[in-house]
Amino acid sequence: MNAPTYNFAYLDEQTKRMIRRAILKAIAIPGYQVPFASREMPMPYGWGTGGVQVTAAILGPADVLKVIDQGSDDTTNAISIRKFFAKTAGVATTTATDQATVIQTRHRIPETALRANQVLVYQVPIPEPLRFLEPRETETRRMHALAEYGLMHVKLYEDIARFGHIATAYAYPVKVNARYVMDPSPTPKFDNPKMDNCPALQLFGAGREKRIYAIPPYTQVVSLDFEDHPFEPYRFNAPCALCGAENSYLDEIVTDDKGGRMFVCSDTDYCEGRQAAGHHGSLSAAPYKEKAREAANG
Amino acid sequence: MTTIAELPPGFADKVLSAQSTFRSVMDAMARPGSVQRIVPMAGAPGPMMRGTAAIALTLFDHDTPLWLDARMAQSSDVTKWLKFHTGAPVVQDSSIASFALISDGGALPSFESFALGTSEYPDRSTTVIIQVDSLASGRSFELRGPGIDGIATLQASIKPFDLFERLHMNEALFPRGIDVVLVADDAVVAIPRTTRVVSKGS
Repeated sequence: MNAPTYNFAYLDEQTKRMIRRAILKAIAIPGYQVPFASREMPMPYGWGTGGVQVTAAILGPADVLKVIDQGSDDTTNAISIRKFFAKTAGVATTTATDQATVIQTRHRIPETALRANQVLVYQVPIPEPLRFLEPRETETRRMHALAEYGLMHVKLYEDIARFGHIATAYAYPVKVNARYVMDPSPTPKFDNPKMDNCPALQLFGAGREKRIYAIPPYTQVVSLDFEDHPFEPYRFNAPCALCGAENSYLDEIVTDDKGGRMFVCSDTDYCEGRQAAGHHGSLSAAPYKEKAREAANG
Repeated sequence: MTTIAELPPGFADKVLSAQSTFRSVMDAMARPGSVQRIVPMAGAPGPMMRGTAAIALTLFDHDTPLWLDARMAQSSDVTKWLKFHTGAPVVQDSSIASFALISDGGALPSFESFALGTSEYPDRSTTVIIQVDSLASGRSFELRGPGIDGIATLQASIKPFDLFERLHMNEALFPRGIDVVLVADDAVVAIPRTTRVVSKGS
C-alpha cells in the first residue's frame, strides 16, 4: 500500500503544517491569496503542483479521491495524480463525482452538483487576476488592499469596445464575499455560477506562484459585469453527441480534415453516467455496444 | 520537577492523528458555528484541554510564535510539553504571535493587543484559541457569514461573556481581523473574522 520510503501523502509533516495553516487563513479571508512556501514536487510546474500540495495536506486514509483534467478522468495529468496519491497515501480513488470526498480539478467544475461533505481542490497556474494588467506584485497587493479593482472593469469594458461583448471566456474574474476579486483558475466561464453559494469547500493551490486561496461553502461569488452587459455563461449551441445533454459544457472535437466535428461533454463522468442511464446522442456508441454485447452473449 | 519522561505523550500516530485533527479544524473554520469533534487523543498537560493539545500538535512548530495567557504560562507542564512536542517559541509580545492559547477567558486581553494582519497581508494575524466551558449548552447565538447556509445556531457557555461584542471589531477591520477557535474538551468551533452575530438568546 504505502511505498515505504514516502511519508503518508508524500509531503513531510512540517510542510503539511505550513500548508494547513495557510489553508485555515485562506478560508478565514475568502478570495485572498495566502502566500505559502511551495515545495518542489515530483512533477513539473504546470502539472498541478499547487493542487497536489493542497490535496496532500488535507487527504486522509478515509478519503475517496477523484482527479479531473478539463473535466476528464482519463487524461495523462488526471491519471498520474490519481496514481500518485493511490501510491503515496493508499487512498481509494474513483471517477464518480458523487462518490468522491476530495476532488482535485484542472480547469473544470463537475456537472454533478457538489455536496457539503466534499472538497474541491483547484490547480491554479496564475492566481493573480490583476497580473496581466499590472505586473508588479507590490502594486497588485496594494490594489487588493484598497479593493481598487477599476482596472479590471476597464479591461472588461475594452472587450466590449472592441468586440461588442465581454470576450473573456475562461479565467473570468469573480468577486468573493463582496470583497476580493479572484481568479477562478482557467475554468470556462460556464462554470462560474457553480462557485456561488456552493455547499462544498473550494480550495485553490498555485505551486509555482506559491499562493493558496479559498471559497468557504455558501459564499457569495459574483462574476464581474456591467448593468448593460450582464454576465452570460457561454456554451456551444448543440447537444452532446454521445449523451444528448443540453445543459453540460461541451468540448469541440475535430473528426476529419473536411470540417467535420462533434461536440461532447467535457465532464466524462457525467457523460458516461447519462449514457448508462439510457440517454443517447446523435453519435452515441451505445447502440453498437449493445449489439456487440448481444452478439457476444449469443 | 517534571522531567521529560513524565510529560504527557503526544499523538500515538503523528501523521494520521494530525491529519484527522486538521480536517476537524478545517471543517470548523469552513462552517463557522458548527461543532466539530477532535477524535485523536494526546496527553494534555495542566490546564490544557485535550482538544487544544491536539490542535497544538497539529498546527504549531518552530515557525509559529505562541502567546500564552497567565494560567497557561504559569504552568511549567504546559510550557515544557509545548517545547518538547512542538518546538514553538513562546513570546511575551502578543502582537507577533501566530497563535494565542487562552485557558481563562475571563482574563482575555483586548483583541487589539494581538496581531491583526496588515491590509496587504491580512493573513499575518493571530489565531486565538479560547478554552470554554461548553459548546453544547448555554446561551444561544445566531451566526451568519461565509460558510453558513442562512443562519447557524451555536449554543455555548463562553467566557468572556462579551466575546461576540468584542469580535464586532472584525467588521470594521476586514480584511484584517482576528480568527477565534473555541475548544471545549474534544469539541471545537471556529469563528473566523467573516462571521457576524445576528442575535442572541438567553
